Amino acid sequence: MMVLRESIIMKIHYGTALGALFLTVIHIMMRLTQDFHESLEYENVIANYESVGYAILLGLLLILISVHGFNGLRVILLEMNQGPTYEKLVTIGCLAGMAALIAYGSRTIIMTNMGML
Amino acid sequence: MATIHPKLSDELSQTVVSSTKSVKIKIKRSNPNVNSEQKFDDFVVPIEKWTTVLDVLLDVKSHLDHSVGVRYSCRQASCGSCGMKINGKPGLACFTKISELDSDTVTVEPMDNYPVVRDLAVNMDRMINNHKKVMPYVIREDSEIDAESGIREFLQSPENVEKYIQFSSCIKCGLCNSACPTMSMDKTFVGPQALAQAYRYIADDRDKGKNKRLKVIDESHGIWRCHFAGSCSQVCPKGVDPAMGIQLLRGYLLGIRD
Repeated sequence: MMVLRESIIMKIHYGTALGALFLTVIHIMMRLTQDFHESLEYENVIANYESVGYAILLGLLLILISVHGFNGLRVILLEMNQGPTYEKLVTIGCLAGMAALIAYGSRTIIMTNMGML
Repeated sequence: MATIHPKLSDELSQTVVSSTKSVKIKIKRSNPNVNSEQKFDDFVVPIEKWTTVLDVLLDVKSHLDHSVGVRYSCRQASCGSCGMKINGKPGLACFTKISELDSDTVTVEPMDNYPVVRDLAVNMDRMINNHKKVMPYVIREDSEIDAESGIREFLQSPENVEKYIQFSSCIKCGLCNSACPTMSMDKTFVGPQALAQAYRYIADDRDKGKNKRLKVIDESHGIWRCHFAGSCSQVCPKGVDPAMGIQLLRGYLLGIRD
């Protein structure tokens, strides 16, 4: 298994945090284009998903938050317990969780964008 | 002369005591080599305004209970031997005056995050091993002793000394590691003491071992596990500020420092 140096992982961690923060600001600012309650109505939410640009934004946000969140979880779990087997399980588990969440979220975004939901 | 000690040992009961003040000291007692029992023993000891916690402990050892286990040496905050938890906070017993604690009762316990040897003495192997791991010495190919030119010096400018001089004051007392919340959770964390010393040598422009040291600390239980609680710097008796050293070290690893 290829192992990244911790400094590379942490650069990704900080980078994803900054990226997610930036995209979340855009995401929230988009709510201001119309009345807040109105923007959360079913039709408007679906309309957001059906916009390609917005779907890409949501996809990126999903990836950035998943990478950042699961690495954060890995760090917390590594601190709670130590040992080579445990650490390997935590790393693999977090990578699997991250991949699963990104796959499931992307599926939702793509299917909604294509009008399949 | 007032009789202040409640149970002076016979041979030293004639000690002259001029103080009118006294303090109750609660000492955490345990001996893991014998059993898992832990208890506090209380002693009342006369004090003066200059009396330190170590003075009180030595008074207890001399007059009240010879069996109290405490490690000490220089009595002037230079050797780093008498680290312990004083009223819940890590400190050097020889560097903490009773008067500054502002309390009639002083509780002393062994430092956290270290296995107890007996009473207040702890095993510092983990800290020493981590200290060794970061190679706390100047690494270079050449030597100060040269066959052709004899002995020479690796000169350094005052500006370069300023970069690390603060971190070279470390006396390896281990108080920073004791106060560190990550050390209590992560048994393999390298710790603030070793990280501060890694910075001390990396920042030294005579040293050429930066990459070797960065490799040691750039692992899953290395520098990145520090949460910057800052408690290490808070308790350091020499003003080393390990938390700042850790942040400066991160700069090297993130590529924002050369």
